[in-house]
Amino acid sequence: MNPFSSGTRLRDMIRAIRACKTAAEERGVVRKECAAIRASINENDQDYRHRNMAKLMFIHMLGYPTHFGQMECLKLIASPGFPEKRIGYLGLMLLLDERQEVLMLVTNSLKQDLNHTNQYIVGLALCALGNICSAEMARDLAPEVERLLQFRDPNIRKKAALCSIRIIKKVPDLAENFINPATSLLREKHHGVLITGVQLCTDLCKTSTEALEHIRKKCTDGLVRSLRDLANSPYSPEYDIAGITDPFLHIRLLKLLRVLGEGDADASDSMNDILAQVATKTESNKVAGNAILYECVQTIMSIEDNGGLRVLAINILGRFLSNRDNNIRYVALNMLMRAVTADAQAVQRHRATILECVKDLDASIRKRALELVYVLVNETNVKPLVKELVDYLEVSDLDFREDLTTKICSIVAKFSPEKIWYIDQMLKVLSEAGNFVKDEVWYALIVVVSNASELHGYTVRALYRAFQTSAEQETLVRVTVWCIGEYGDMLVNNIGMLDIEDPITVTESDAVDVVEIAIKRHASDLTTKAMALVALLKLSSRFPSCSERIGEIIVQFKGNLVLELQQRAIEFNSVISKHQNIRSTLVERMPVLDEATFIGRRAGSLPGAASTATAPSVSLPNGLAKPAAPLVDLLDLSSDDPVAPSSSGGDFLQDLLGVDLSPASQQSGAGQASKSGTDVLLDLLSIGSPVQSNSVDILSSNTSNKAPVSPLDDLSSLSLSSRSTSNAGPVMDLLGGISSSPPTENNGPVYPSVTAFESSSLRLTFNFTKQPGNPQTTVIQATFTNLSSNTYTDFVFQAAVPKFLQLHLDPASGNTLPATGNGSITQTLRVTNSQHGKKSLVMRIRIAYKINGKDTLEEGQISNFPRDL
Amino acid sequence: MIHFVLLISRQGKVRLTKWYSPYTQKERSKVIRELSGVILSRAPKLCNFVEWRGHKVVYKRYASLYFCMCIDDTDNELEVLEMIHHFVEILDRYFGSVCELDLIFNFHKAYYILDELLIAGELQESSKKTVARLIAAQVDSLVETAKEEASSLSNIIAQATK
Repeated sequence: MNPFSSGTRLRDMIRAIRACKTAAEERGVVRKECAAIRASINENDQDYRHRNMAKLMFIHMLGYPTHFGQMECLKLIASPGFPEKRIGYLGLMLLLDERQEVLMLVTNSLKQDLNHTNQYIVGLALCALGNICSAEMARDLAPEVERLLQFRDPNIRKKAALCSIRIIKKVPDLAENFINPATSLLREKHHGVLITGVQLCTDLCKTSTEALEHIRKKCTDGLVRSLRDLANSPYSPEYDIAGITDPFLHIRLLKLLRVLGEGDADASDSMNDILAQVATKTESNKVAGNAILYECVQTIMSIEDNGGLRVLAINILGRFLSNRDNNIRYVALNMLMRAVTADAQAVQRHRATILECVKDLDASIRKRALELVYVLVNETNVKPLVKELVDYLEVSDLDFREDLTTKICSIVAKFSPEKIWYIDQMLKVLSEAGNFVKDEVWYALIVVVSNASELHGYTVRALYRAFQTSAEQETLVRVTVWCIGEYGDMLVNNIGMLDIEDPITVTESDAVDVVEIAIKRHASDLTTKAMALVALLKLSSRFPSCSERIGEIIVQFKGNLVLELQQRAIEFNSVISKHQNIRSTLVERMPVLDEATFIGRRAGSLPGAASTATAPSVSLPNGLAKPAAPLVDLLDLSSDDPVAPSSSGGDFLQDLLGVDLSPASQQSGAGQASKSGTDVLLDLLSIGSPVQSNSVDILSSNTSNKAPVSPLDDLSSLSLSSRSTSNAGPVMDLLGGISSSPPTENNGPVYPSVTAFESSSLRLTFNFTKQPGNPQTTVIQATFTNLSSNTYTDFVFQAAVPKFLQLHLDPASGNTLPATGNGSITQTLRVTNSQHGKKSLVMRIRIAYKINGKDTLEEGQISNFPRDL
Repeated sequence: MIHFVLLISRQGKVRLTKWYSPYTQKERSKVIRELSGVILSRAPKLCNFVEWRGHKVVYKRYASLYFCMCIDDTDNELEVLEMIHHFVEILDRYFGSVCELDLIFNFHKAYYILDELLIAGELQESSKKTVARLIAAQVDSLVETAKEEASSLSNIIAQATK
């Protein structure tokens, strides 16, 4: 007898593990137990199987690998006794998840147990199925579950109802089978069955409109009656929670009524009375009551409009908001967020309270409140709200600052009534939380400053003051350095003084001090230092008296380790020392930055980001996939018709960038048109890099057969790439993929065809195509050739793939294959690889046919697919 | 729908996990690590909801144990709080003033109770009495008798062979 097989009891093992002082000791105990369990598994020990499983579950909870026990679950489930089955199912739910292939093996046991005579065993099987079933199992076992919805014992009916929810979530097609049994559950008196039945109906309504219509028509009145009975029911100890009978059932009924009432005036009308009753009569001093009120408010806000009820609902939320319980306040904020769209005015009334919540101690509440404030801001209340938020910024937690800063910046940019206010608020934010300000935000600030010519002096002086106190805020330093470089003379000479300003005296060397501090600060990063270097060059011309000192600072950077800084320092140094004559023109003030371009660039990046996810393909007449298609889509053009987009797209771009693109959109020639179009854009966005125009050439020459579209493609690609610095990665990826694919485009399929299978009598070749925008799916054209001298009849091809793939077989072109390659059968397969890029395709095939009436079978595995399919 | 249920001790040890949405083993341990960091560090008087990866986690502390349930963004948080309490009361009734040790040594029973309460991430039964009755019918009549027989036999054998 194996010395391990007696083993320790579960209790003793837990004790031993708990007694461990160190993690290493614990690992030792677990290792020993695992070894014993393994040995016992190898011996196929019946007696201790369920104890081993219990131990494994405990070990699993501690986080150790237990995969070797998975098959034991199946054995336990297959055993006849209830205790074994019970622990087996528990292990199955704990150790496995729906994606493991082992799970498929349990389908048969489940089927048997669902038909078992012992109702507890049926219950176990339903529970396991409800918790971990996969789509395949759902399909296989749906009829059993459907039958169990009418089982005599209510406890099985309720389990079956929840199991059905899982099934219809996994396979929505099955929903219609469940409509009738589900509605009959709504007439039950047993609370468990009613709760689960209502839940099942709610999920049915969400998956199928047919079910929604049916239930709305047949059951609305019944549900209203159930809710009324429940709300008026006398005290029943079994279901009572804090003086309310079964709040769980209340909530589920309200939820289903919400689904039924949404978008249907009649149904909404029939539930008005009961909703009003629940909203007014429910006690709100305990969690249970508030949970019901909260659900009721949600229902009122979602169903078709009834003014009176809405007022009631908003009042309840107002009461919630002033509650001292944090949970209640949290849900109130949550709900107000949804109520804003329905009735913004009513929500505005609670603005002061909401603003208080932004300053709450609780991070969850703060976050909710901030989001709510963000949607409540408008032109009239922006000033006081922003003042509050900025004041709070000074005292807020570090981890909340980032959120808060982003929101303030966005509010200020969106609603600022005047430029001086915008600049003031931004300076406050920069000096409080400059390290959290995103790059676009301070770019935008610089653009605004450069456009507000009457405020140049004011801004540079304000920045100078702010710098004295908050020199540690990176973005503030950058903006300050830029402004001093541009408007340093205004700082020193107090030009453009506003009435509200206190006069300050700044000498030229004070101004240079600021830039010197910025450039010599250790914490400054490359961008800041580079900006400071440019500012110094500009100041050297504006402040002749400091020119020598500036020269010295610049010289110090000639040996800098960063190539960029070193190169600039050497260049600037020679400008100062050798090219006095051109220096003043070289460092003139920058021309006013074009606000329209900047805004256009930002706005233009939005549609790109929004629609990268779905990029349907355009098939060209010659059957080749067109790689440029995603770009057309990025601009939201209708890509069905390759000719149409040229004009509409042009308009879009014109609107977007405010330029006249008529040369591009009018000409229908090939390469020439695209070039002139791109030139306009290149100038506009000042990106004259030769690399990009080269890539344009490649594109346009390859796409010349579809001339009307190509100029646009090029335009869009350029405008996108010019934005790529500020925009997200996906667009870049798209572009990368495109610029590399055109050369192969005209050379037929992208992937080489392979001989997937070859025997002495048969050859099978695969050709691959992929649709652009859908890299996961590969269309495989299978061609079968007969190498023998006999004709094959009843030819059938079958294929199987592992789970991460999905296979779809189209019908074959025929079922007779003539002898010696005198013809072939073709069949199209469509494979979707959910692990695209990680795993390559693999397939098992079986080919059956008859030679002179005699069955022949060939099998094989194909693993020589091209990589990255 | 409830995506998962977690019981974590004050020290961050996992006492019970139940997953109703598919998570791989790797994701599971990552979720547990992340969430125990977030939840255990929250001060006592704050609200019982944490927003986390587009979902919400409702948690409540009972003595040394945190009961956590992860739900959809649109679910009723207050109801889930009540559901947690419901579960705790049933445990309490079953074990007789339940403590962490009960759940450690009888973790499988805690799972059985949870399975009578939730399936597929939805509530199954709102009556504590019914759950208790069903558990009693299964655990005590079937499992315990079988186990007692086995253990008393093995005890006798152990005694005899000493």
